[in-house]
This record gives sequence, C-alpha cells and structure tokens, in this order.
Amino acid sequence: MTLLRISDLKTQFPTPDGIVRAVDTIDLSIGERETLGLIGETGCGKTVLGLTLMRLLQSSTKTEGTIIYKGTNLLKISEAEMRRIRGEEIAMILQNPTTSLNPVMRVGGQIAEAIRLHQGLSKRDAKEKAIEMLDAVRIPSPSIRVNEYPHEFSGGMKQRVMIAMGLACNPSLIIADEPTKGLDVTIKSQIMKLLKEVTEERAMLIITHDLGVARELCDRIALMYAGELVEYATTGEIFEDPLHPYTRGFLGSLPSNGLVPIPGMSPSLINLPDGCRFHPRCGHATELCRRKHPDMIEIEDGHFVRCFHA
Amino acid sequence: MIEGRKILGSIGLGILTIFVIVAVFAPYIAPHDPHQMYRPMEHPSSSHLLGTNDIGNDILSEIVYGTRVSLFIAFVVSVISMLVGTSLGLVAGYFDKVGFLIMRVVDVVLTIPRLPLIIVIASFIRPSIWNLIALFLIFGWTMPARIIRSEVLTLRRRYYIDATKMIGGSDFYILWRHILPNVIPLVVVQFIMEAIHVILAESGLCFLGLGDPVAMSWGMVFHYAFECPIIYVSDVWMWWMLPPGLCIVFTVLGLTFVGYALEETFNPKLKNPFGGMER
Repeated sequence: MTLLRISDLKTQFPTPDGIVRAVDTIDLSIGERETLGLIGETGCGKTVLGLTLMRLLQSSTKTEGTIIYKGTNLLKISEAEMRRIRGEEIAMILQNPTTSLNPVMRVGGQIAEAIRLHQGLSKRDAKEKAIEMLDAVRIPSPSIRVNEYPHEFSGGMKQRVMIAMGLACNPSLIIADEPTKGLDVTIKSQIMKLLKEVTEERAMLIITHDLGVARELCDRIALMYAGELVEYATTGEIFEDPLHPYTRGFLGSLPSNGLVPIPGMSPSLINLPDGCRFHPRCGHATELCRRKHPDMIEIEDGHFVRCFHA
Repeated sequence: MIEGRKILGSIGLGILTIFVIVAVFAPYIAPHDPHQMYRPMEHPSSSHLLGTNDIGNDILSEIVYGTRVSLFIAFVVSVISMLVGTSLGLVAGYFDKVGFLIMRVVDVVLTIPRLPLIIVIASFIRPSIWNLIALFLIFGWTMPARIIRSEVLTLRRRYYIDATKMIGGSDFYILWRHILPNVIPLVVVQFIMEAIHVILAESGLCFLGLGDPVAMSWGMVFHYAFECPIIYVSDVWMWWMLPPGLCIVFTVLGLTFVGYALEETFNPKLKNPFGGMER
C-alpha cells in the first residue's frame, strides 16, 4: 500500500540572483510502514523536500507537482486542513534538537501541546499522555522530567523529546531530518535503536547524509544530487551494487571504505551545469553526459538510476 | 556586582511597596481630610506634621492623597500602553505586511518630540486626569511596540517555532503560547520605563500648571507651593516643596532599582563573568 506518492515535485525559490531550483522533478513513494532514506550532500535540497511535504516554506516559494497522501493532494488542500495533517498524520522531527525546544516552556507542555491541538484533551490528560510519551522514548523518571525545562536536558534527551513530540499524536508518517546530527556515538546508537522501534509501526522518511544511519534503518534509499534523484533502490542494492558514479563516490567517501572524497563541489542550484548535473565531478563523463540530461531509468526491478553508463 | 543588583532591587521594591501601601490606604494613613481648611501657613506641629498651605490644607494629607493620583496615572498609562504596544508589536513582528504599516505609524509618532507636544496639547484641553492619561497613551504604546517587534522578528525564526508548526500550531497559537512568554521580560522592563516617564512627565505638566486642579497629585502640591511667593523668603519650602519633590525622586529611584535588578534576571549574559554565550 502506498501511503505517500510524490510525482513531478518541483520547489523553486525566486531570488535576486535567479531561481533556486532546490527540488527539481522528484518522484518518490513511501509505502505504509516503509522507511525511506533520502541521502545527499549538504545543500542538495533534502530538507527543502521535507519542508515542501509539510507545506512549511515561505509564501514566495513556487511548488509544482503533486503530493498524494492517503488519496489527497497535499498541495491542493486549505491551510486549516494542512494544519490538521501536520502532527496528526505527518510529523516532522527537526534537526537541531537543542534549539527546537522553547526555552521558556516546560518539556511536558511542549509534548502535550501536540496532543491538545489535535485531540482536545484536558490539560491533565495531556500531561499524563506526555509522561507516557517520555517513558516511550526511554527518558528516566518521566513524571519528574515532564516538569523540567529544556536546559535541564542533555542533547540526546532533547532529541528524544523531539521524537516524543513527533510521536505524540501517533502519525502515520514521520519525517526525520538529520535525527542523529550532533550526537556522540553512544547517544547516536541509542537514538537509532529508538528510531528503529518507531519505524516498526509507521512509515518514516529519514533525511540524512549519514550512510550508517540509512543502512541501519531504511528499507529503501534515494540518493539526491543537486535537487534531483540520481539513484533509488533497496538498501541492500545501494550498498552492494551501486550504479551511479555519485553513489559509488558517496560510498567510497565513507571512512570504512578508504575516505576517498568526491572531487569538486556540488553545483549552485541557481546555475546548474548542462547535461548530467554530476558530469563536472564524474570520472566516467563522456561527451553525451556534457550535452544531454539523463532520465531516470529502471535498470532492474525497482532499481532506478539517472546515468547513461549504468 | 550581582549581589549589589539584588540589594538595590530589594531596596527599590521596598520603596515602591511603601508608596503603594500609602496610595491604597490613603484614607487611613492621612491624618486629616486634605480638603479640610485649617489656619493657613502653619509651621509643622504635632497636629500638622508638615504644616498647612496658603489656604489651610494639611500638607501631609495632601501628599498622602497625592500618592494615589500620581501612582494611578502612572499605573493606568503603563498597563494600557503595554497591552496595546505588546499586541501590536507581536502582530507587527510576526506578519510582515501588517507589521510594515504599524511600524510606519510608530515611526511617525516617534519623530514627534513627546514632552513639548504634550505640553502644547495639555494647554489646550480641559485639565483632568483622564485627559492626561489619554495624552500619555498617544505616545506610550510606540516604544514597546517597536522593541517587542524587533524581538519577535528574531524569535519567529527559531527552530521551536518551526517545530510548533510541524505539529499543527496556528499562527495565533504560536504567538500566544511560544512568542509572548519569550517577550514578557522585555514588556516588564518597558513597563517600568514607561511608569518612570509618566511620573516625571505628569509632575512636569502639573508644575507648569497644566495638571488637574481637582486631583491633587505630587506635582500639583509642588506647583501650588511654587506659586506662593512666601517660599522664597522663609523656611516654608522645607515642608511644603521638598516633601512632594522627594516623593517623586524616591518613586523614580525605586522603579529604576527594580528595573536594574530585573535586567540582570532577564539578561543572563550579565550573570556570567566571562561574558556568557548562549548555548
């Protein structure tokens, strides 16, 4: 069952220097209880894609295409209907847990507010639920912690609180933006364990540039480069049989694979190169790559790649 | 330094508490009815601790009742200014288009020199405390509106605002639950600044004879004392002019001390001896 289907999605920001094509013609789908990893370098449009799904970009942004969630096009419904979907149906866990909590509000209050906004529970019931949520994300002595302020929590615990906020209304889809950013190794593995439990019951879109996280949690992986998808396959195939030179470069840059960086820089999203967007950095680029923009092709069943030479 | 602030804050709070008690319980504290006439120009004695004025009113009682008028005007103006200024500041900071309009109005009002205009208008309208309050209100809302707006401009880009949107919070919900609590410290400081300003401005207007002759505030006591030529040639000024003047000075000092102490509570950067960085 497909929960979310994105087709031909484009997100563009008009700026004085030109149009930033942050998300360019993306097709993706997420099934129920499926975990999809969206991987790419900084600035390739991963977070923008997440925010587009939540419809939380500034009003000057141009969005085209369709986002079908449970049969409704999220780009066509009213703001009030979208607010009902946010939190209740789709929740997003932001990066930077340290700054994503309001410093003057008790942690419990911030978890409870999602519940109160959507389920109209009384203050006391919502607080009970908040304690339950804190317990679910393994925060010790939740009934005491619920009354504390964010500065009394460590970074890892704040990330847990963010996850608790996201889970509070039991949404069907969670978008986790860099859920392990800025966490040390032990905390990271704890958060991963928690996320793994979370993914068992619902669909999740994990936005990350950490392949280790993706390998651990995701069923399928989509690689994004300069606003478009370049490879899309199951996690196993991405790691065992990567087809796109960018995917290979990405895997090769892992410390365990020799820490070989991809030469060059990712292009500006205003001035994209002609032809294949990756060709200036690609070792296999030919004349064809310089002239023609490759389409996404299905090499094997369910393994898509955007390369002439795959 | 931190201890110093705390001590000053307590002193300020003490001073203000005394004045507020005097204002609230004026009928019980004042030894006489301030409108009752006794023998004029009496020197201080056990029955008239600060003597009587040129028409025979007990000066101490006048000052005690004057506390009521002075503090009442300052309180009402500050509260309404903060309510209006904060609401407009919140809206202006959060919604760009409306904010632009509100801020242009603020700019215009702020360019007008405040005290001279108040003096000019006050000399044309019927002097009454409600007119004075209305006059101060014309200007009172602008500074809080501008300061709150500039804070909201940075607050609305914090990640926790995004996080609230992610769980389906509406704009007004975010303003009320997340942004307002963050600007309350600023509002309190602005409240104190406004109260200081109003007490001084009101005294000034009264001193110039533009106050309400029926509502005898500290400034009015001062004004009548100044109008009476005897004060220049005798000791009368010591119990007629000095006490209301000192009341004004101490109220302003009390407010300033409290503001100074609160500044430190609200600005944690002052707490850290190494300059402090936000984590």
